[in-house]
Amino acid sequence: MAEPVLKLSNLTKTFGALKATDDVSLDLKPGEIHALIGPNGAGKSTLIHQIAGSLRPDTGSIRFLGHDVGALGVPERARMGLGRTFQISSLTPEFSALRNVMLAVQARQGTSFRFFRPVMRDRTLTEPAMAMLERVGLAGRAAVPAAELSHGERRQLEIAIALALGSKAFLLDEPMAGMDPEGSKTLTGFLDQLRAEAPILLVEHDMDAVFALADRITVLVYGRVIATGTVEDIRNDADVRRAYLGEEA
Amino acid sequence: MTRETLISLAIVLALLAIPLWATAAGETFYITLATRMAILALAAVGLNIALGLGGLVSFGHAAFFGIGGYAAGILASHAFNMEPLPFGLPGTNAMPVIWIVAIVASGLVALAIGAISLRTAGVYFIMITLAFAQMIFYFAISWPAYGGEDGLSIFVRNQFPGVNTLNGLSFFFVCFTLLIASLGLFSLLRASRFGAALQAARQNEQRLATVGIAPYRIRLAAFVISAMVTGLAGALFADLNRFVSPSMLSWHMSGELIVLIILGGVGRLAGPVAGAMLYVAFEYFLGGITERWQLFLGLLLLAVVLFARGGVVGLLAGKARHG
Repeated sequence: MAEPVLKLSNLTKTFGALKATDDVSLDLKPGEIHALIGPNGAGKSTLIHQIAGSLRPDTGSIRFLGHDVGALGVPERARMGLGRTFQISSLTPEFSALRNVMLAVQARQGTSFRFFRPVMRDRTLTEPAMAMLERVGLAGRAAVPAAELSHGERRQLEIAIALALGSKAFLLDEPMAGMDPEGSKTLTGFLDQLRAEAPILLVEHDMDAVFALADRITVLVYGRVIATGTVEDIRNDADVRRAYLGEEA
Repeated sequence: MTRETLISLAIVLALLAIPLWATAAGETFYITLATRMAILALAAVGLNIALGLGGLVSFGHAAFFGIGGYAAGILASHAFNMEPLPFGLPGTNAMPVIWIVAIVASGLVALAIGAISLRTAGVYFIMITLAFAQMIFYFAISWPAYGGEDGLSIFVRNQFPGVNTLNGLSFFFVCFTLLIASLGLFSLLRASRFGAALQAARQNEQRLATVGIAPYRIRLAAFVISAMVTGLAGALFADLNRFVSPSMLSWHMSGELIVLIILGGVGRLAGPVAGAMLYVAFEYFLGGITERWQLFLGLLLLAVVLFARGGVVGLLAGKARHG
């Protein structure tokens, strides 16, 4: 078995009396899509926050590319190659789609403490950014401010940004949320290809997408992992059916 | 040329036209008025880097304006009295030296204030910058060496090599040149990688962090650059009035700078220039009619905030474009 890219061990996070993350261990192996599912309030977002670095776990460890990243903040983890998208699109609304991606290209190239050269005339920024927009099919909308993009386009743009960062792992928080069936289908096809580039930890409610894409699925309920396995395992797991798929076993 | 560039050019040329007209017409007082506009505009261009590009509502920029003013006043008074400064350094009445001291001093103070203030955001940031500025204000009031509450006079306007600064028009051109330079700096910064990160920090801090750029350092650098420009303006303001007092450090001054920017257009290149021209014109013409001119300024501000959020520049040039 290949060394996991991302490995969570015994993570715990409590808010007062609420155990949002309860002894969670999971890993992400090269080339796989690992889906994280669970009913609302299961602690999926809290877990994503801890992986990305915007929340600190109370106990447990997070290893990324063989390093313990527990003490690092969001920007440091991003620079290591953790590419994240948000449940609700998080973009710079006034900037065009192209400039949103250019910001990621700029970050990847290193310092932002360059004060004089105009970015729009800097081909080392515009060209890679344009290439990423082409990959996600947004090239025709490059000049449109992010605020004026459609919901689906914003989701695509977030992925283009994560791509531009040269991410070594993707952390996608409900990329299908609010998309029309056509859009979800296109995105499903795209993510299927994307796993060859870097493994994906996919939080998703769209079960068709999850069952179509996932190599492995982890089910989270009340902050606790109740099952991990292949699509088949999860489909047939009695606990999962009871807790999540809403069926009496 | 874009519409905004044209509008900016028109605003700057309008400012330039005032003293030229005043000289031709022999109305020299208007030269002083235009110089005041140019200096306040320069101070506001500085604040616009933090406020307009970075979204950092600093309610303490009077601190830097005043530090620049006191740099000019203190150096000039030591040169005038031929008393050495601490460490045996001489005073000076050379503007270039004074400007460098004003810029460096403002920058260092901004580094200290910013390093602490930028750990907060929103209303807390506004309040903490205000608190720091008020500390410096009260320090100036209670420090007798340089006039305390009464302020400090500069007996002869400081010198710039090759320019007769005692001539109002010449001094205007010195200030105007620095204003143009600051507009050039603002424009370069806005278009640069640093500017991209700074504007992203204003629009969506989470996004900036997620691409791997820490917003804190970007903001701190912007805050320091911003303070340096405002500090330079303070040195000129002291030379214009030949007087420095704690009022340059007061919170009214900080508020005035914010008002200028809102009137002219937040984050717009020529916003501070338009705002300063409007503000000084209001202060002078309405101030001549009624002591309560600020009531009308308040109404104008209200109208801008309610109906023309982009200020004068927004009204004339439309919404800002980011490419």
